[in-house]
Amino acid sequence: MVDRQYPLYHQELEHESCGVGAIVDLTGKATHRTVDQALSIVERLAHRAGSDALGTTGDGVGIMTNLPHALFLSWATEEGLVLGNPGEYGVGMFFLPEDEVGVRNICRIFEQLAGAEQLPVIGWRDVPCHPALLGAGARRTMPRIRQCFIRRPSDTPAGEAFDRRLYLLRRIFEKQDTDTYICSLSSRTIVYKGMMLVTQLRAFYDDLQDVRYVSRMAMVHSRFSTNTFPSWSKAHPQRMLLHNGEINTIRGNHDRMKAREETMRSPVMGEDMRRVLPVVQEGGSDSQMLDNAMEFLYMNGFPLPLTGMILLPEPWQGSPEKTPWRDLYRYYASMMEPWDGPAAILYSDGDRVCASLDRNGLRPLRCAMTDDRRLILSSEAGVLFEENAHIIRRWKLKSGDVLEADLHSGELLESRALKTRFAKAHPYTQWMQHLIRLDDLPRETVTPASPDDDVRLQLCRAFGYTWEDLHHVLLPMARNGSEPIVSMGADEPLAALSRTHPPLSDYFKQRFAQVTNPPIDALREEMKTDCSIYIGDDGNLLSDGPDNCTVLELTSPVLTEEELARIRNLRHSAFQVRTISLLYGKEKSLAQALSTFFSACDAACREGVNILILSDRGVDPSHLAIPSLLAVSALEQHLIHIKKRTAVSVILESGEPRDVHQLALLIGYGARAVNPYLAHDCVRSLCAKGEVEKSASDAIRAYNAALTAGVLKIASKMGVSTLQAYQSAQLFEAIGLDGKMVERYFTNTPYSLGGTDLNRVEADSRFHHEAAFCLPVTGLPAVGVHKLRTGEGAQEHLYAPETIHLLQQAVWNDSRDLFERYADRVEHEGPRTIRSMLDFRFEACHEIPLEEVESEASIVTRFRTGAMSYGSISQEAHECMAMAMNHLGGRSNSGEGGELPSRYRTDLNSAIKQVASGRFGVTREYLLSAQEIQIKMAQGAKPGEGGHLPGAKVTESVAKTRCSTPGISLISPPPHHDIYSIEDLAELIYDLQCANDQAKITVKLVSSTGVGTIASGVAKAGAGGILISGGEGGTGAAPMSSVHHAGLPWEIGLAEAHQVLCRNRLRQKVTLETDGKLMTGHDVMVALLLGAEQFGFATAPLITMGCRMMRVCHLGTCPFGIATQNPELRARFRGKPEYVERFMLFIAGQMRRIMARLGARTVDELVGRSDLLRMKQDAALDLSDLIGFSRNTHFQPDARHDFHLAERTDIRLFQDHVHLTTTDRAFGTMLRGSRSVQAQGCGGQSFGAFLPEGQQITLYGVANDYLGKGLSGGTIAVCPPVDSVWREEDTLIGNVALYGATSGYALIAGMAGERFAVRNSGAWAVVEGVGDHGCEYMTGGRVCVLGPVGDNFAAGMSGGIAWVLDEHSTLRSHLNAGHVQIVPVAPAQAGELRRLLIMHEKATGSRKAREILTNFETWLPCFRAVISEEYMTFLKGV
Amino acid sequence: MGKATGFLETARMENPLRAEDVRLKDFSDLHLSLPVRERHSQASRCMDCGVPFCQSDFGCPLHNLIPEWNDLLWQGQEKEALSRLLLTAPFPEFTGRVCPALCEKACNLADEGVTNRDNELYLIETGFARGWVVPRVPSRRTGKQVAVVGSGPAGLAAADLLNQRGHSVTVIERADRPGGLMMYGIPNMKLPKEIVERRIRLMEAEGISFLLNTEADPDQLRAFDAVILCCGSRRPRSLNLPHMDAEGVHYAVDYLTCATRSLLSGSDPVISASGRHVVVVGGGDTGNDCVATALRQGASSVTQLEMMPRPLTARAPGNPWPEWPRTLRTDYGQLEAISVTGSDPRVYETTVSGIQVDEHNRIHSVETVRLKRTPEGRMEPVSGSERILPSDLLLIAAGFIGCEEQTLRTLSLKADARGRVLPADGTHALGGSWFSAGDLRTGQSLVVRAIADGRAAAHEADAFLTDRH
Repeated sequence: MVDRQYPLYHQELEHESCGVGAIVDLTGKATHRTVDQALSIVERLAHRAGSDALGTTGDGVGIMTNLPHALFLSWATEEGLVLGNPGEYGVGMFFLPEDEVGVRNICRIFEQLAGAEQLPVIGWRDVPCHPALLGAGARRTMPRIRQCFIRRPSDTPAGEAFDRRLYLLRRIFEKQDTDTYICSLSSRTIVYKGMMLVTQLRAFYDDLQDVRYVSRMAMVHSRFSTNTFPSWSKAHPQRMLLHNGEINTIRGNHDRMKAREETMRSPVMGEDMRRVLPVVQEGGSDSQMLDNAMEFLYMNGFPLPLTGMILLPEPWQGSPEKTPWRDLYRYYASMMEPWDGPAAILYSDGDRVCASLDRNGLRPLRCAMTDDRRLILSSEAGVLFEENAHIIRRWKLKSGDVLEADLHSGELLESRALKTRFAKAHPYTQWMQHLIRLDDLPRETVTPASPDDDVRLQLCRAFGYTWEDLHHVLLPMARNGSEPIVSMGADEPLAALSRTHPPLSDYFKQRFAQVTNPPIDALREEMKTDCSIYIGDDGNLLSDGPDNCTVLELTSPVLTEEELARIRNLRHSAFQVRTISLLYGKEKSLAQALSTFFSACDAACREGVNILILSDRGVDPSHLAIPSLLAVSALEQHLIHIKKRTAVSVILESGEPRDVHQLALLIGYGARAVNPYLAHDCVRSLCAKGEVEKSASDAIRAYNAALTAGVLKIASKMGVSTLQAYQSAQLFEAIGLDGKMVERYFTNTPYSLGGTDLNRVEADSRFHHEAAFCLPVTGLPAVGVHKLRTGEGAQEHLYAPETIHLLQQAVWNDSRDLFERYADRVEHEGPRTIRSMLDFRFEACHEIPLEEVESEASIVTRFRTGAMSYGSISQEAHECMAMAMNHLGGRSNSGEGGELPSRYRTDLNSAIKQVASGRFGVTREYLLSAQEIQIKMAQGAKPGEGGHLPGAKVTESVAKTRCSTPGISLISPPPHHDIYSIEDLAELIYDLQCANDQAKITVKLVSSTGVGTIASGVAKAGAGGILISGGEGGTGAAPMSSVHHAGLPWEIGLAEAHQVLCRNRLRQKVTLETDGKLMTGHDVMVALLLGAEQFGFATAPLITMGCRMMRVCHLGTCPFGIATQNPELRARFRGKPEYVERFMLFIAGQMRRIMARLGARTVDELVGRSDLLRMKQDAALDLSDLIGFSRNTHFQPDARHDFHLAERTDIRLFQDHVHLTTTDRAFGTMLRGSRSVQAQGCGGQSFGAFLPEGQQITLYGVANDYLGKGLSGGTIAVCPPVDSVWREEDTLIGNVALYGATSGYALIAGMAGERFAVRNSGAWAVVEGVGDHGCEYMTGGRVCVLGPVGDNFAAGMSGGIAWVLDEHSTLRSHLNAGHVQIVPVAPAQAGELRRLLIMHEKATGSRKAREILTNFETWLPCFRAVISEEYMTFLKGV
Repeated sequence: MGKATGFLETARMENPLRAEDVRLKDFSDLHLSLPVRERHSQASRCMDCGVPFCQSDFGCPLHNLIPEWNDLLWQGQEKEALSRLLLTAPFPEFTGRVCPALCEKACNLADEGVTNRDNELYLIETGFARGWVVPRVPSRRTGKQVAVVGSGPAGLAAADLLNQRGHSVTVIERADRPGGLMMYGIPNMKLPKEIVERRIRLMEAEGISFLLNTEADPDQLRAFDAVILCCGSRRPRSLNLPHMDAEGVHYAVDYLTCATRSLLSGSDPVISASGRHVVVVGGGDTGNDCVATALRQGASSVTQLEMMPRPLTARAPGNPWPEWPRTLRTDYGQLEAISVTGSDPRVYETTVSGIQVDEHNRIHSVETVRLKRTPEGRMEPVSGSERILPSDLLLIAAGFIGCEEQTLRTLSLKADARGRVLPADGTHALGGSWFSAGDLRTGQSLVVRAIADGRAAAHEADAFLTDRH
């Protein structure tokens, strides 16, 4: 839905996240205390909730309870109505449009519909509430809130059956009236919610304060939305669930649920089921859609916990354990894909409360049981501190866990028990016999139809292959089994602006996760991923039976010719296979071809075919092929339209796809599997020529493996870990494609700028066909998409040889004339960019004399150099830029590699210090040296991906700077492990602000559709600045497909960010910066007018220092001494700070002249003035949405976020004993001097973050996530609370402790959550048990685990040592042995271990440590050391 | 992908030339080749730059895919490498011998550029030796007839491309052998004539007809669907002095032509330097070729006059990389002269200001004069610096100033002030079905530029013929 006022705002791309909690009284007693305490939980999670710019309107908060019968009864009695006993009536909570006539009408309609369903309405109650308490935004949009009471018909049993009828009624009503929202309509549960601050909920609804309001359970939720625009209905709880997290695959889930409607038959609801459809309502949030699906399953008779298991399955494929419920999961997987993404959900039907956690365990859910059988569930432990003394058990949900609290039986059923119970419900293992594995099918003999070289060349030409495709893409994939790595970003035009007849796939950009949900590390967390694909009829989800799983299971979506033949020749009653040709006669049009193609598919479907193989084999001089991506997606939409989507599986046999991006698109738009036969044939020929020294079958295997891994990586960037869920999820956006075409054939894909339509797609396809068959073909064309080529048919690049030459000569010779020639060339002869299609409306302005315009010296203070780490570039280059920017008063950026302390407070200090997911060298001192701390959420070249610096590049000096070990490879995880969600980012911003209260905290995002809403969320989270980085950004090393196919040009993201920030009244709170191949004054002025006030440059300064775009940064062989650590090459560095300075001054000079003509004296007065821009006459794309919004709003220092740091406990600490609650976040971070503090209670998030040397804090009580984050020398000790029962297996601290710690000690006398000591590079720690992913990416330090370890221990751990007390020899099964091995504790280290244990025992009084120390020699053999090969080598060298 | 560290491991090494004392005894090929292993190492020096200046406009006019074939060559994929080379370069055996290799000067390794020219030569000669270079006869013929007037590099390139596109091509050449300046301009030791003939035979086998000893005739040309004029820029620059008609005064091209004719026919040259004091006016490549030829013919002395000052040995500030370096180059002929006399034959900032003849109108000496650069940048004589230099063979290699008058007249062509038949719109189209290419269009230039221009014209002509625009 486009809002004309804010043309780039996309409502459907909003995100939300939050805090959740629940209290369940397992004794089955309904009390007001339960309600009251649940409200307290949500009030104490205020820091996990969002509010608008003024802080008066909250993003949403709500509570679900049982029906408060006593309260309602008293109301009914007063009204003279007869309610009946509990269970004899249901209550609907209505949000009605706020106008009297409308309300009356709607109520009447509802009553009529209810009457028709034999559900008599007893009466309506206006819910007493206090609008005056609300913020203006909430009040403006506040609905009329009424409750409707409905009598249970006597023929319907109470409970589930009655609720099912109410559900049907609600669905019927919802389809009639869309202005009314029903929060809940049930005989067992009711939801009170609204758009308010967490503290307002209780006060707003009188009911909630009424002591007669009693319940056996209460679930609460506080919302943090990336948007502040009013929405009462989007507050949680939904009808059944509340959700913390985000479903990333929602588009595909939605579409497939819709498609499934045709094949589903409900034994429970019968024909009524049809009246409920559609299951999932269009336009809802991801949580609402998940709720729709869950409710539908539940109402169709699925046990409540099972609905959670089906929707959020555990990672059963990769589980090391052969569990009895594995086949249960596989059975449902054959019918329904996971709803993938971070999710902690609480759900209830009123008689039971359940909780589920996603397969990756990305959201926290802490559990506690009191001595009076009250279950407390919450995002944070200890939040209900008044219960502390009564708690007898504390634990947390793990990834894929499910839990059920049954209010009837009073039982608490946990994951294993529940799953075992459901696994027994049906003979799933037996049913699985019906599932067919591809490997089980008889082998086929296929003689690879190897055409001769000339024919192959012709075919390659027809499918648009380039030499680069063959040699820079296929060849390395066949050789190495992985995607090629390249450097220096992208500088070619968008596909729509390219003259090279690009493939359709080039118009699509991969979407990626930033801030609102984490990308997944598909490499190091492979066990959580799944590449299985199911082919065949999806069956009937609603009716259990063996036929449902009669599907074909593939382990990868890439098929060899032989495997395809197996499917093609499949003889099985459940499968009807037919091949449909994608060819069409040259004389026909593409549109005609598509319609013929649809008819052929329709005919096949009618005849019962359920596997369609789309094939473009046979392209010849008179036959073209429908572009494969178009065919697949158009058919998918067609099948959804005719509701055959789940009945038919589409397999593609095509010569066109060759790279990872194309494969990902095909899968993402609906193909279940792809046989890239021509690419395979090319690999065969490379083998035959000896260019790949492997057998053809090995090379093809390697190539297919690279494709599969590549697609999984693209999926994981979006936080999706299963290909089944990725399938059809459409996680792409189109740029430069005609809107009508996208809506028709790629329905629901976001698109921008319009452009290429079906005619041009066809023309491009004919161009290649003609080149193949009408002209002599002697070789594949050299197009030069990444590495530049010149000559006929070559791709244009911004950094062309002439451009580089002119720029270098201009700054080296201090020549403004040459700079003008350079700029002129970029603007007029360079490739077209969005900015080059924009011009200034000088005619609308009065020119002023140049002298009146802000000086160059003043303008350049807004300039920054890009984040390039020392390590990726040489010391010379890094310091050169720092010096230049310090001279100018601009800012240079350290990048993510730390900085040598000797540079702090000198001319060589980088004013901006970056904090990235690797946290290399992020010490307290590092943070204190910054004027600006930049959190890098993504980088333009490879948003959503991590990095890997090979050990060979980690020199002595690089290691020192990064606080790591020389020669030990360094892995940057794809996500920040302390940012899985928006409220986490708020926490990190807060932590960093505590670490350096003078610095401005900024957040770097990458341009994409929807970045505006993310930027709003970031502004709400307290950031002082936002950088929108263009997707073309350069970097030292990134996979080729990511460089070219992820992230949008900055123009789009920047304009969207400015628009959406203005819309949310947040723009003045932050500075807005942009970067991405800014090259001239024109470029910068466009950025300024689109809303940026600060500007970053990276490639251009490198060029001024001598870079000539060799694009070998990843090899470290830069011949200009820039991107290398090789001393011989570094000696060739010829850069000087003055070159960089001149560049900046020249740019400012050009800006001034433009400003004078625009009549502007200051930069500030032009920020966001897009009315001064116009599209050039020959603009090839429609840019009106970019420039259709003009508002001169910019950063205002007094609008800055207030962190209330002065109110912090550690600032006001007068004694060394203190009591803490969860709201005391980052405790200790602001402590001054050298102190030793004893704390009791409950540590809030980020306990002891960045604690420097000299500080020691000891906590008696539980702590939450991010304990000891960035620990910088301090000592943290945590011991169980002294005032309550404590069991050894209880969880003491939360997830992600010691993330990026560089030194110091952490002594934890209990169990930790997931990812303990992730990316630890120097801290020494003891802990008495850890969850999954312990010691992940660790590069140094020591971790001693005195208890159980979770799965995937030591994944990506390249340095340091973990000593694990492996009493039951279970370590091996939990280990990720990718990097490490298990060895006995070396004699040299036994002493270290002992000293560490002594320290632990002394600090925490640990019983376990004491026991071990009394007989250390006996215990020692039970310890195992986990260590990497590299680190062992290092230790030997020392 | 290039070998990542090749440029750090291997130093540039060019093809050696045969020793001066040996090669001066004959007119055979100058070049020797490197061992194959060394050739691979040389190719491994290519860094496969992200922005390969070598193949850009700073470097190769043909946009040869240098990084691609160097990579393949390094890995021993000679055949593949050759196919990438042939994609843009129709006659590597010519350019591999005579090209000044702009690409090597634009190489990111600057003064130590990759030996692209030698690598190219190795690839094509390997291709011929191993039988990979075979006639490529087009599978289909369009039925269109194309005439190419002139068989120099531009004409041959245009003919080759149009023939490959299926058109029937006739090359019209007024000389008795095809090749233009490559046949009679460039001496045999630099470009052996059997190399030229080998290519012509190949082109004939591919279906191209050569009409030799034929002047282009407008009536005859009307029969063709398209005509590509590649008549060159053969009008030599005169010294504009009295006695230019004297015996012993010759334009360089005429002299070199005679030398090659005599070599091919086995007869004595019509103009010979044997026993004569030779003065060559012009310090360029042609002048150098004259020096080398004269030495082989047994000249008593050879002096080469160059108007411009002696270039610097390193790049001047206004002449940065990757521009062509205007620095001192000592070519094979000059090296030969040095080896014989011990001194460089070149005299800078000097030209001939008078020709002195005897009663038989035979030259016996020349008057030379020193030149000095005026503030406006012109070279002007220094009065009083005149000297007399005995000379009985004066060879004028002062460049060419455009298409010959007669050709212009016969074909009714209009030349611009610089003697070029250059369409105003920058294309090659002369209107109707005629196109111009090569030196005729651009003025005197390099072989490689002529080839590039011939191909460009052929692309235009092909689009015209097939109605593909």
